[in-house]
Amino acid sequence: MKIWVPADAAARACGADEVAAAISAAAEQRGVTVELIRNGTRGMVWLEPLVEVETPEGRRAFGPMTPEDVPALFDSPDSHPKAQGLTEEIPFFKRQTRLTFARCGKIDPLSLMDYEAEGGLAGLRAAIARTPAEVVEEIVASGLRGRGGAGFPTGIKWRTVLGAKAAQKYIVCNADEGDSGSFADRMLMEGDPFCLIEGMAIAGLATGATQGYVYIRSEYPDAIRVMRAAVEAATHAGVLGADVLGSGRAFRVEIRVGAGAYVCGEETSLLNSLEGKRGVVRAKPPLPALEGFMGRPTVVNNVLSLAAVPWIMAHGGAAYNAIGINRSRGTIPLQIAGNVKHGGLFETGFGITLGEIVTEIAGGTASGRPVKAVQVGGPLGAYHPVSDFDLPFCYEEFAGQGGLVGHAGMIIHDEGADMLALARFAMEFCAIESCGKCTPCRIGAVRGVETLDRVAAGDPTALPLIEDLCNTMKLGSLCALGGFTPYPVLSAIRHFPEEFTPMREAAE
Amino acid sequence: MFDSARLAQILHAHEGVEGPLLPILHDVQESFGHIPEAALDPIAEALRLSRAEVVGVVGFYHDFRKTPAGAHVVKLCRAEACQSMGGTALQARLEAALGQKMGETKNGVTLEAVYCLGLCACAPAALVDDRLIGRLDAARVDAIAKEVRA
Repeated sequence: MKIWVPADAAARACGADEVAAAISAAAEQRGVTVELIRNGTRGMVWLEPLVEVETPEGRRAFGPMTPEDVPALFDSPDSHPKAQGLTEEIPFFKRQTRLTFARCGKIDPLSLMDYEAEGGLAGLRAAIARTPAEVVEEIVASGLRGRGGAGFPTGIKWRTVLGAKAAQKYIVCNADEGDSGSFADRMLMEGDPFCLIEGMAIAGLATGATQGYVYIRSEYPDAIRVMRAAVEAATHAGVLGADVLGSGRAFRVEIRVGAGAYVCGEETSLLNSLEGKRGVVRAKPPLPALEGFMGRPTVVNNVLSLAAVPWIMAHGGAAYNAIGINRSRGTIPLQIAGNVKHGGLFETGFGITLGEIVTEIAGGTASGRPVKAVQVGGPLGAYHPVSDFDLPFCYEEFAGQGGLVGHAGMIIHDEGADMLALARFAMEFCAIESCGKCTPCRIGAVRGVETLDRVAAGDPTALPLIEDLCNTMKLGSLCALGGFTPYPVLSAIRHFPEEFTPMREAAE
Repeated sequence: MFDSARLAQILHAHEGVEGPLLPILHDVQESFGHIPEAALDPIAEALRLSRAEVVGVVGFYHDFRKTPAGAHVVKLCRAEACQSMGGTALQARLEAALGQKMGETKNGVTLEAVYCLGLCACAPAALVDDRLIGRLDAARVDAIAKEVRA
């Protein structure tokens, strides 16, 4: 009997370890031999811990499980109160286009054999059979854009690094996933780490880089542990090392750990941190592609960008490009979070509307109260009211509405949300996390908190100052932290003006 | 307790590493529970940096401690996803139960804010020592307070 219990951090935070222990104990008590596999998550977090049992029809899901639910799993699975049917038939799962997350939750994350059996390493083998320039052009043709938020075409970045002459080049994976509402990087690293490693190796072969670093935030101890074990296994198997899969070409990967600085998710600040410096933002140019880590040509890509690469190389850039709309091609792993009924990871082609995501897929709020606002793209993303629900999920379309796709995390708030408090929090967070290099961010964020407090106290002169301050931060900041903090603030003011009027106290 | 032989081992283990300062500081904190004052000069010397540069790096990152933490460390997420599920009220409840504010160490308990544990679809979330806890509610917050004060 094969049983899967996720070891994903979200599943563990909801009691998966206790459920796994109860399964082992119940099996022993009944004299049943169970092969217990700690997989990644299928991404249906509201059902976690989601236990799966192998049957001739396929894997059957049970969740959210508690240790008390375990005996019935053995004794009366057909009438189990937590039975969810076949995992891949659950509507939330079935409706997805899972390319990047195809294996996540399905396989034993650290079994290279499982990985290959499910299509792993096909992309790397395809890349080895072709010239670096051909690999780069395949990525360009796929239309893949940086999934970290900036949306810069990945292939173009690789082309720049390929063309740069240097004795040493690097692939740096940005796994400093600090945005609230985002967890796709974590889920992929915990659930399918070889996919990221394969993507990095392809990037290395394509650009002539022989050394890779994965910079993982320290808040993700499970991801760090799994990635370290996966790098070791991949090196042992010859997927990484001096002779990648017998190609005669070298690529090595090392895991590095951040130290609790949100700004290190910004690529130049990440590079400084990786070099052992304060995580202060660098002015661009020079581009990291030409002068990055240690001043050498460096590809800095997000986890999701690199993890999309193996599928593209195995199936062709054109196949990836066939999905999506306008200039947003391929799939995007949406992360649906906050006050939501069905929260989790939903990978789909670009073009789905915000309303479809929030209402149909996620089923509205957890509290059952009406949705008030959805913050898309992390702490630097705008608050979208329900009137934005027809907006298609795409880079340009969101930018046109004063918002951003960011890392595709979204936080749903019900009508209890205090928009003034959330706007103040955006400024407070910027003040806490500012690297201090540029004035609009370092000082602007502090003044922003103070001025929003004046708004709350009923000072009618404060609101125009906020708008002016946001404009200065937007235009004058060196990076997205100071430059985008105005997005949540201004969108909250624009869509919920009544919460920012001096009459606020009186009206309540 | 600071141990210069252990520090020397850590420094030795990172010879040849590109950008070794953060890995060294992580190991130092892992070994000693914080970054001891006495470690700063040897680190600076080994990496051919000024003491000010090392101090600057230690001070930049939220993770590095200048004094040891309490026997228990409770990190409660304050970010937006957790706020949307009532995290702010739970923070007040936890602070009241422990008799301390975020950022304080008292009675052997360090209470700190964290900005996202990546558990945003099962919010609110906390990290109690090495254990992740999702779907926090009043009862779970009370249980955490009881556990760490025992």
